Parts: sequence; C-alpha cells; structure tokens
Amino acid sequence: MQLLWEGLKESIVLLFSGDREMLEIFWLSLKVAASAMAFGAALGLPLGVFLGVSNFRGRQALLSLANASMGLPPTVVGLWVALFLWRSGPLGDLRLIYTPWAIIVAEVILTTPILVALTAAATQAKRENLHEFLMSLGVNRFQYVRLLLREIRVSLLAAIIAGFGRVFSEVGAAMMVGGNIKGETRTLTTAIVLEVSKGAFDRALALSFILLAVSLSITALLTHVQQRFG
Amino acid sequence: MDINTGKRPYSPSVLVLFALWLFSVIILPLAGCGQTATPAAPLSTDVILATTTSTQDTGLLDDLIPIFEAQSGYKVKPVAVGTGQALAMGERGEADVLLTHAPDAEKPLVDSGAVINYRLVMHNDFIIVGPADDPAGVKKAAGLEDAFRAIAASGAPFVSRGDDSGTHKKELSLWKAAGAVPKGQPWYTESGTGMGQTLTIANEKQAYTLTDRGTYLAYMDKLDLRTVREGDAALLNIYHVMQVNPEKFPKVNAKGAEAFVEFMVAPETQKRIGAFGVERYGSPLFIPDAGSDESELGG
Repeated sequence: MQLLWEGLKESIVLLFSGDREMLEIFWLSLKVAASAMAFGAALGLPLGVFLGVSNFRGRQALLSLANASMGLPPTVVGLWVALFLWRSGPLGDLRLIYTPWAIIVAEVILTTPILVALTAAATQAKRENLHEFLMSLGVNRFQYVRLLLREIRVSLLAAIIAGFGRVFSEVGAAMMVGGNIKGETRTLTTAIVLEVSKGAFDRALALSFILLAVSLSITALLTHVQQRFG
Repeated sequence: MDINTGKRPYSPSVLVLFALWLFSVIILPLAGCGQTATPAAPLSTDVILATTTSTQDTGLLDDLIPIFEAQSGYKVKPVAVGTGQALAMGERGEADVLLTHAPDAEKPLVDSGAVINYRLVMHNDFIIVGPADDPAGVKKAAGLEDAFRAIAASGAPFVSRGDDSGTHKKELSLWKAAGAVPKGQPWYTESGTGMGQTLTIANEKQAYTLTDRGTYLAYMDKLDLRTVREGDAALLNIYHVMQVNPEKFPKVNAKGAEAFVEFMVAPETQKRIGAFGVERYGSPLFIPDAGSDESELGG
C-alpha cells in the first residue's frame, strides 16, 4: 500500500515537473491512439452502418468475422503485422517497422472490428421499426440513413468509447511492432512494462496512474458528448 | 423517436462522423507527409540495434546511445528483446547490429557469415540467488556443478527464465554440465518472462534462480533472496557486439552498424562502461573487455 501512495505522489510530480521524456511518452500515446481511432472510425463506422442496413449474401459471414475479431489477441495481430512490416516481409520497403505508424496499423486492425460490430448491431436494432415508417413519409435513401444515424448516435459513441479503450490500453502489439524505442515508439503502456522489468515499481505505478487518468478523462469527455447530444 | 427534430439540417452524429472523416482524410495525411519526409533519411541514418533486456534494464544503453548519436550523426533504434530473439533478428537481417551475451549461440552466426566484425565488449557475471536459509545447501557445494546437483537432489524450488534469453541459455548449459535434467520436475518452474519478473517470482516462491548481477543489484532491496554462489569462471556473462553482414542482407545499414561496433570498443566508451553503475551500486555493473582475449577472462 505504501508503494501505491508513493506511486500516486510520483505521478503528480512527473506530470507537473515537465519531465521531457514523460511528456514525449504522453504525447505519443495520445497521437497514436487518436490516429488509430480516426482511421478505425473512418473505416469501421461506415462499414458498420452498411452491414446494419443492407441485405446481401455474405453479410452474415462479415458480421461473424467482425464479432469474432473483437477479441483478437493483440500479440497475434502484432506478430502478423510485424511479419508484413519486417525488412524481409512484403511491405518491408515501406520501413514502417519500429515507427509509430506500425503501432497505428496494428491498432487500427484491433479497433476496427469493435467499431464495425457495435455499429452494425445498433443500426440493425433500429432499422426495422424506422424503415417502413420513414419510407411511408416519403423520405429518400439519403435522408433515411441520416435519420437512422441520428437514432443510433448514442450507440455510435458507445462504439467509439469501446474502440478507444482498446487502442489506449493496448500493449502487446505496440511492443512487438513498435519496439518500445525511447523517444520514438515508447507509449505509456510499453513504458510501464519497461519500468516494471527495471524494478522501478514506483515509476511504473506513476505511469499507470497517468494512463488511468488520461483514459478516464477522455472517456468522460466522450460520455459527456454522448449524454449531451443523446 | 424524435422525427420532428430530425428535420434539423445536421444531427450531431453526422457532425461527429464528418469531423472524424475530416481528421483522417485531411489532417493525418498532412501529418503523414511530415513523417514520410523523414524516411528518406532513415535509409542511411537509422541503425537498428537488437540487444538483450539487461543492457536496457540496467540503463547502460540510455547512457551510451546519446553519446554515439551525437558523435556519429546516426540514430539508434534499440530493440531490447531476449538474446534468442536478437540473434534470430540478426539471422534474418531485421537488425543492423547486435549486442548479445550468449557466445555459444553467437558462434553459429559468425561461422555462417550472417554476422561480421564480431567483437568482445564487456562482461559481468551470473550469480545464483536463493532463500537466506539455503535449504539445498548450495553454499556448501564444492564446485558449481555440485551446486546445481544439490538443488536438483534437494527438490528445492528453482525458477528458470524459460525464454531462450542469454541467461536461460547459460542456465541450461550449467544444468547440462551438472548432468541434471530439471525440465518437467515438479520443483522446476519456467517463468517465460524477463529477469526482473523472474526474480520477483523466485522471491514469492522463495526459490533459487540464476540471474545476472546487474538486474539483481537493481532489484536487491525488493527481494528477500541472497547470493548463494558466485565467482566461478563458468558464471561469466560475456557480451559481444557484431554487425549483420551487408553482403547477405543488402537492406542493412552497414556503415551505421560498423560505426556502432567501433564506438562500443573505443577506449572512451570502454572507460564509460567501466564507470557505469558505480555511483548507484558502489561497484560497476560491467567490466570493459575490448581487445582482451576471451579465454583469459575471469582469470
């Protein structure tokens, strides 16, 4: 318990002392998570809506794939992404391995299924009772989708919150494809792993408090948006 | 269902979507341009160093790399993994330069020509740590092999790294030399984790384990484990630096790798290695060895 208290104090010191390394880690974590979420949302939300409203052969297979992929182990994704990005891999010439972009690629793969599956489920739940009603009012396709989106906005934000939780807390893939390189690919989570393996438990705890605080604030912000407009 | 308000031109969810889309389509590629501007340089200035966790966990790399970067203009990307993985990365040309501590496992790479410019850098030593009351009687054992046989015979718990690291390879070679087969025994645990974690597990179980001295020193005040065996020649932990052969792997940064090898064995660097850790632990964590004969170490 003594250690927890020390860690809490250290985290406050770290945050406000302007420790340069700490700030770098902090910013990188935010940038990587935000980029992964932006790409993931750009891919996942439209795809989820599409899967939710459409009827075509293979739709169920795609939904099953999205549902199953929500639980993809990050280390598996990390390994596969590494295989592709290594120098000897098919995308080796892009030189993305051990850069923040490698982490973003892995995290987009991890978060997109969550966004697709949750969005599709929310869309599907609403479409049945909306469709006939709106069509009878004579709205066109575009208006219909827009009204549908409005109906599911709370669920969309819930999907974004879940997806963000996934990318921000991820460590296995970030370690494997990022390499935990100081000043370049060291995120809050990989830094915690390193500090623990160094035996610097107080610093590891301090970082964990910072991680939790950031995660909580962002989730609270998103929840506020959700409740305000929901 | 609020169809009436649904007549508003833009609902918030559409706005959120639009903002996300805008961010990903316009802002990120712009940020990406800043990133892609650099890869032109990394071709020649980035040096990927595959090394063991001990060099990172002790803080040695953080001490040396900034100096090398300032001197040479190269940018080092240290990837700290187990020695097994570091050597595998070298064998596949995924790294430019390696700093590892398992001479027996390094030799095949030197022989096959996967690595060149193989140079002795430094050593420290392994120690056996265990419970203060030493239930297996390791302290009384005459030789190192007797010590391992005593642990096996007593059935006292032993925690192994089990991760193909340099320390793990060393431990396996010591069991082999002692003629004991620990694998599968109820008292033998494979942690599958790094040294620090393994020490913590050994501490919880009050078990014996083989550790490098540096990590033990860093952890000492959190552990209720004592040094029960040290000083044998077979317990030397020898580090070599080597560059991945550019003739076999055209993508490696040969010049940067060579510069790093030369830096590690340069007199000023060696002096710095010898002084590293003195301030914090009272004794150096590594003994610089560049230029000496490996077979004469520990004499």
